Amino acid sequence: MRSAVIVFPGSNCDRDIAVALQQITGGPVHMVWHKETHLPDVDFIALPGGFSYGDYLRSGAMAARSPIMREVVSRASDGGPTLGVCNGFQVLTETGLLPGALMRNADLHFVCRDVGLRVENADSIFTNAYKAGQEITIPVAHHDGNYFADSETLDRLEGEGRVAFRYLDNPNGSARDIAGILNTKGNVLGMMPHPERLIEPAQSGFGGGTDGRRLFESLLNALVTA
Amino acid sequence: MTRAIAQPITPELVAEHGLTADEYQRILEALGREPNITELGIYSVMWSEHCSYKSSKVHLKKLPTAAPWVIQGPGENAGVIDIGDGKAAIFKMESHNHPSFIEPYQGAATGVGGILRDVFTMGARPVANMNALRFGSPDHPKTRHLVAGVVAGIGGYGNCVGVPTVGGETDFDESYNGNILVNAMTVGVADTDRIFYSAAAGIGNPVVYVGSKTGRDGIHGATMASAEFTEDSEEKRPTVQVGDPFTEKLLIEACLELMASDAIIAIQDMGAAGLTSSSVEMASKGGVGFELDLDKVPQREENMTPYEMCLSESQERMLMVLKPGREDFARAIFEKWDLDFAVIGRITDTGNLTLTFKGEVAGDMPISSLVDDAPSYKRPYQIPAARPYLDPHDVPATNDPAEALLKLIGGPNLSSRRWIWEQYDHMVMADTVQRPGGDAAVVRVHGTNKGLAISTDCTPRYCYADPVEGGRQAVAETWRNITAVGAKPLAITDCMNFGNPERPDIMGQFAGCIEGMAEACAILDYPVVSGNVSLYNETNGKGILPTPAIGGVGLLDDINRMATISFKREGDVIFLIGESNGHLGASLYLKEVIGGNEGAPPPVDLEAERRNGDFVRSLIAEGIVDTCHDLSGGGLAVALAEMCMAGKMGAKIELKDSPLPLHALLFGEDQARYLIAAPESRSHQITATGIPATKIGRVGGERLMIGGALDITLSDLQSAHQSWLPAYMA
Repeated sequence: MRSAVIVFPGSNCDRDIAVALQQITGGPVHMVWHKETHLPDVDFIALPGGFSYGDYLRSGAMAARSPIMREVVSRASDGGPTLGVCNGFQVLTETGLLPGALMRNADLHFVCRDVGLRVENADSIFTNAYKAGQEITIPVAHHDGNYFADSETLDRLEGEGRVAFRYLDNPNGSARDIAGILNTKGNVLGMMPHPERLIEPAQSGFGGGTDGRRLFESLLNALVTA
Repeated sequence: MTRAIAQPITPELVAEHGLTADEYQRILEALGREPNITELGIYSVMWSEHCSYKSSKVHLKKLPTAAPWVIQGPGENAGVIDIGDGKAAIFKMESHNHPSFIEPYQGAATGVGGILRDVFTMGARPVANMNALRFGSPDHPKTRHLVAGVVAGIGGYGNCVGVPTVGGETDFDESYNGNILVNAMTVGVADTDRIFYSAAAGIGNPVVYVGSKTGRDGIHGATMASAEFTEDSEEKRPTVQVGDPFTEKLLIEACLELMASDAIIAIQDMGAAGLTSSSVEMASKGGVGFELDLDKVPQREENMTPYEMCLSESQERMLMVLKPGREDFARAIFEKWDLDFAVIGRITDTGNLTLTFKGEVAGDMPISSLVDDAPSYKRPYQIPAARPYLDPHDVPATNDPAEALLKLIGGPNLSSRRWIWEQYDHMVMADTVQRPGGDAAVVRVHGTNKGLAISTDCTPRYCYADPVEGGRQAVAETWRNITAVGAKPLAITDCMNFGNPERPDIMGQFAGCIEGMAEACAILDYPVVSGNVSLYNETNGKGILPTPAIGGVGLLDDINRMATISFKREGDVIFLIGESNGHLGASLYLKEVIGGNEGAPPPVDLEAERRNGDFVRSLIAEGIVDTCHDLSGGGLAVALAEMCMAGKMGAKIELKDSPLPLHALLFGEDQARYLIAAPESRSHQITATGIPATKIGRVGGERLMIGGALDITLSDLQSAHQSWLPAYMA
């Protein structure tokens, strides 16, 4: 499985997700600079966490208009598997690949902690290694993770099984406890929690799980056997 | 000559620049003429306390700075130690006290930015941020605003740059009401063969400016940091710089990319006193002169004068000397990252700092006079006499030990700091293997199984009660915290926060703390490799508690052999390592439960520290023990409560007959002690060694029970411990 990680100037989880992809998928990972206009031939695209262009105005707004994103939008629209984590999720909503927006956390504070999630859809290319309804632990770290969409959109997301993850104890005020959503085709996932931060026992101080790992294993299941 | 340069130098102007009449006389002698306003400004910052260490350097020389693993001690941007396998850890701690009091968000944010630059300028990728924060009394009307701003500022900067803030310490005391302390520490990792220094070399070589443009912000920050506060200090808000962590992130990446080549001869960040101090320090270390064309300095504002450009403390800027002919190569990297890049001068053989502006000479000063002729004061000092020993029998007992414990763990100084560290991204880089809340933070050395253990500590109430003992204790406590996770403590950085050095009692606190620190560093093989001095931490003549904050760094050979404070298995046997004498002088029990503040601090027996610590570390390294916590403020009862809460498991403790009163057994703050827990089957490996190791109880249940004295449920412990800070900040 060949992956591309898009690197915006203020990305800071690009290395983390590249390490996770390398470790778990074993395939090559291309780091693609935001000023590029072409993507290499890959099976999977990741938009990493960070502060793409400083995000002093609206998180992800400038990144969504960077040169490489035209290509990312085009591939994702054609069904190319694409994951946006944290700032990557913000960028995906700014491009319109995913509906809604990520507003400032309800308590206005940045929040970094392990959170409990329920896997709502275990049939996607990103989640097939989990069980439906499974409760997992993955860290969040964000200032703008408060998911918002109008109620019609939220109803549609829920009705179409496009809510991938829900918070067990909502850390940011997200509508309907939504932590991650899929696009209509199911090939694009945006999520605020960072699966790449919990893929091996050391990352919890040997006292917690490695629940982030399954997300990458899901991709491997879906994209290599496909 | 422009009009600004022609400004007459009056005695008032000299005084406004924080220079004494004697110091001005030295300038006249050094130049052989009257300085112009730009030169006066440059002498003023270079000879400020902040840049010249003029009151402290005679004492700082007493600190041990060498060990076989020290690659670079004090004197560079940061200290460097060898951590094996061709890697080095590079670290430093620095204060940003005055700006943070005036403008807490930006003051704290730029404090983080400045210390990050000190570390990556030496070729290291920053891997961890820490901090040591002191605020005034929780009752003081400003405290909450300052806590909120400082925490948001530290988080806002570190989170964006993408360096995890993995721990620190936060205390409250009324002595900081008018002068909070914000000390920030960064640890980075570099290859030992790719460490960059600041000594300029090569006559004619280009001097290059990179990073943000220069504006009018922060002019005279170093001078502000070298004066006492008064009521009108808030008017100094314009001297606080504004941080841009996004630019810092670009600067880190661009510098590290250029550092992978051979283009850089010397590099230095522009910190306090900006362009002036960076060029003077680079030229001084290289024994060369600098000629700078100020018209070439990238400027954010129009009509800036030479004075303003030289003294601006605009953030996110670096100065480099490149190999000739490599300018275009370097420029391409900085342009890729959308950063300014300008050749602003060249190295000369004159030994002078020569500034030109609009075709005229705007300043011309011997570098040696700016650095070597800076005044050095042997200020009179009187080390305050240590307070007398306080017999624990003379300290009132509590009739409700459970309530006393809940008050301590639920009070301002021992309650959970979760509200703070959850606002810091402490996991970015995905190598944080011990998160905040334990004895030391541990970050994995990327791509290996090694870990760096980091702890910041100081107990100012001990330093006030006895500066020498307090100095010893601050060093020993970081050593113990690093040991408690299983790492070998290697070296420290210090951030010396004190009041007005012109007062002999304050200078005595400084000298006393240094004396104690020096002794502890020597006996524990734990040298000082970098540091910072912050004096004049006073408002309206009232000084802070003496606060020599220590940042220690240690090496864990294998992160799979690491201890944490949480109880892990029902039935584990709990041992107390070290001797208990029930020392309650200057203790938290006395302060928080009884409302007193007398007596000597606990004595630090450095030989016992070493022996007990080496023993505990060997138990962890051999895999015998994976649960360990050092004992500090609040003593045995507090440490047990913390271990229960971290592991969500209770404990049952038996108290043996003792000549000591119960409250002294529970809350005494004797040093060189640890609690460890291990399965019964390993007990004999702990007790058969000659090290004081007392079996005191077992892990299990959902309550903390200590003899017949105390019985508290885990949920009562948790709610007391977790609720104070969020409730206070709500």
